[in-house]
Parts: sequence; structure tokens; C-alpha cells
Amino acid sequence: MRGIFTLFNFEGAKEYLPDLLRGALISVELTVSVMALSLVLGLVVALARTTRIRAIRTVSTVYIEVIRGTPALLQLFYIYFVLPAFGIKLEPFTAGVIGLTVNYAAYLSEVYRAGIQAVAKGQLEAAQALGMSRTLMMRLIILPQAIRIIVPPLGNYFISLFKDTALASIITVRELVFTGQIIAATNFQYFAIFTIIGALYLAISYPGSLGVQYLERRMKIGYRPRRVAPVGGPTRGAPQGAV
Amino acid sequence: MIRLEHVHKSFGRLPVLRGVSLEVRKGEVVCIIGPSGAGKSTLLRCINHLEGIDSGTIYIEDVPVYRFTREGKSVIDSDHRIEALRSQVGMVFQSFNLFPHFTALENVMVAPIHVRREPKEEVRRRALALMAKVGLAEKVGAYPHELSGGQQQRVAIARALAMQPKAMLFDEVTSALDPELIGEVLRVMRQLAAEGMTMIVVTHEMGFAQDVCDRVIFMADGMIVEEGAPHQIFSAPRNERTRQFLQSILERNAEMGDNPDGSLASPAR
Repeated sequence: MRGIFTLFNFEGAKEYLPDLLRGALISVELTVSVMALSLVLGLVVALARTTRIRAIRTVSTVYIEVIRGTPALLQLFYIYFVLPAFGIKLEPFTAGVIGLTVNYAAYLSEVYRAGIQAVAKGQLEAAQALGMSRTLMMRLIILPQAIRIIVPPLGNYFISLFKDTALASIITVRELVFTGQIIAATNFQYFAIFTIIGALYLAISYPGSLGVQYLERRMKIGYRPRRVAPVGGPTRGAPQGAV
Repeated sequence: MIRLEHVHKSFGRLPVLRGVSLEVRKGEVVCIIGPSGAGKSTLLRCINHLEGIDSGTIYIEDVPVYRFTREGKSVIDSDHRIEALRSQVGMVFQSFNLFPHFTALENVMVAPIHVRREPKEEVRRRALALMAKVGLAEKVGAYPHELSGGQQQRVAIARALAMQPKAMLFDEVTSALDPELIGEVLRVMRQLAAEGMTMIVVTHEMGFAQDVCDRVIFMADGMIVEEGAPHQIFSAPRNERTRQFLQSILERNAEMGDNPDGSLASPAR
């Protein structure tokens, strides 16, 4: 009898809720760090795959295939438990950031690549015909258009990354799930603790997915009209500020 | 100005250009007509190296370019040189290809600023003048999706002119336009021709070819079949294929009620 009541007991929550919130904060920090880094690394890998230098292309292709073909959990183990054997000892949080970044960059690079390839071929030809170099074309013409295409899928990866940060609990990063496990191991209120954890994840990721839906709708609309620039006035305010 | 010698080009095993030789002098307006699949567009695209050629030589201002043989050795121009050459030859496409994330004015300004590194204020002045020249002074701040096809194509012409090219290539620039918008684009091209611009125009607008061009080239099956002054080609074609092609165009125009008198020129344009 008593066991059942213990199961639904949320009374202790007052004591451990601050700990859980601290864990949630770590989860968010992990998400933001990994997303920021893998956005950059993913772009580098995507550009490496489109370069004319074959060796660079091969390296980036192998990287993507290895990462996508092995479990993220294993990649985290590798960085946290195997690298020390080579003299590289990392803090759990750092190892988590590196492991998840290496993982997500591989996926994001494919998103970038799809976006780059989705830019109409006529755009490349027009840029070439004007004498633009490959670099200039990429920077001024292709990437600004590709970004509009890839913002919605990137948003979805952002949300799924937030949930995937729970993987870092396995290498003792004190994020939300790890914190919950520690508390539950002392008071056995599994139901209450894991329900609160689920609610916290949902409370953060649901607004996130609403945001992505909003972005999706916005990106579909054509380029926003802008007031006609006064003759002789400045030409600022281009969406990408490139000109 | 532009010279092609024995240019061959295949896509895989399909020959598209089969030994094309052609010379366009400075200030000359040359129209290329012919059935689809004749290699007209490919020819234009080879001139600014959007397509590489398999053999033959292309000369721009008497200098061999892109890929050629010198003293028995094969020479390939550097990317940098190819880019410089392209920037001297303007090109306008059938599908406009304006940059959708830039305004009309920014489309015109982007290449001189970033490719030539010219001062922004000067480019801006020139771009505004070009927009006025193509009749779009009011539309400088508009994005391409806010413009009609005819307006977009005129911006595309201004964009090419902003690089102050030595010659202009027009690749079926009115083919994607609604009939009532063709006139405004052709008017800009006429004006350009009158100002002495060197132009190579691939077109289906026989009226334009007849009135504006100094020389008409009829292509079929990757070869130049016949060339001559417009009045000669249109009134007394020597080659049977040219005759057939013009006849079919004439019939099509008659069917659409374009020119009831049966002449090739459509005076409205």
C-alpha cells in the first residue's frame, strides 16, 4: 500500500526541483554550445565536400559516413573513455560538447549541402557570366539563398539536439537526466522525478517547435518588399547585407 | 572582336557544334536563328566559357582564350583569367536569373563592386543611370519577385551592362516572356544596337532579326548553314533548310494571326 503512495508522491519536489532546474540549464547550455559549433563545423564540412581538391573531398566524405554509421553514444564513450589513453583528458561537459558537435556537424553538413544544391543552376551561371570567382559566388549568391532553404530543417535539428543532450548523462555530464538519476537513486521517487523531467523537456522543446513552424511559414513568403531607396541615399538593409 | 575557328562541342556522344567558324566585328549585331537543337545557345555559352569546347579556338580581340594550342602546346587559361574575360562579355539569359535576394539596383551593382572592386558611389551612379536607360528608374528598390518578366529581363540587361562589356550575348531573351512584354525588352536591345554595342543575339523574333541585325546566321544540326544580310536571308534564302525553316515560322505566325500580310517582320515591335 505504502509503495503506491510513494510512487505518486510529489511532496519532495520542493527540495530537488532547484537541482533539476540547474540540470535543465546545463542541458540548454550544452544544446546552445553544440549547435553554435556544429553550425560552423557543418558548413566547413559541406564546403569541403564541394571543393575541387579531391583529398579534402574524400576526408570529409569519410568523416560523414563514419559518424552517421555509428551510434552517438559510442562516439561519446570514445571521446570520454578512450581519448585519455592517448593523453587527452577532458571534463565531462567539454567531452559532451565535442562528442555531440562531431556528431551533429556531420548531419548539418548534409543539410547545408542539400541547401547549396537546391539553389537554381541559373543563379550560378548568371554569377559566372558576371565574372565572379567560386568564392565570391558562394558568399554573395549561393549561401544567402541556401540559408533560406535550410533554416527550417536546421530548426528541427536544434530541437532534436536538445533532447539528444540526454546522451551526455552517460559520461556524467550533470544535465537534466543525470541529475534526475542521482536524486532518484537517493529517494526512489522515480515517477515524480522522471515526470517532472519530461515536463521540463516538453516545456522547452514545444515552444521551440512552434518557433520552427513560424520560421517555415516565413521562409515560404517571397522576399519582403522594401521601400524604394531614395536616389543618392544609402543602399542598406539587404537581407544579408552583402552589397 | 569575337572569332570562332572550327569549334566542336559534344555532350557525351551527342555532337552539338560541328565545326563552327564565325567572326563578329566590333559594333556588329549578329542574329543567330534556327530550329531548336541547332546548337545556337551552346554556341553562345561557349563564347563565355559556360561550356568548354572540345576542339577549335575562340578568339576575343584576336587573343586565343580559355583552351587553345600555342606552338604545339595545349594551354588552359587560369580561373582568374577566365573570370576576367567573362566580365568583359555580358550575357542575358532566357530565364533572367536575377538574384532574388537583392533588389533590382543591387543586382546591377553587385558585380562592379565585388568583381571589379570599383568605388560604391560611382557604381551606384552608373547603376541608377542604367536603370533609367532600361526604363525602370522607378523600380530600383523592388525585388525581382515584385517585377514582371519584361521588367526582370530589363534589369538583367542593365546588370550585364554595368560591367561595361565589350560585347553582349543574348540567349533567347524574349522566349520566356508573355507576348505583350516582348516589345519592351526588344526596344532596349534596339537602342543598344543603335549605340554601337557589339551583339550576338540568339532569337526567334524574326522581326527583330530583320530590322536590327547587320547579319543573320542560320544554324542547323550544329553547323552554320547559311549567313548573310537580313534582306537576303529573309527574302532570298539560298539553302533549302533555311527556306524550310522560314516557311514553318511564316506558317506559324499566320496561324496565330500575327501578321496578316504574310511578311516576317511584325511592325508592332
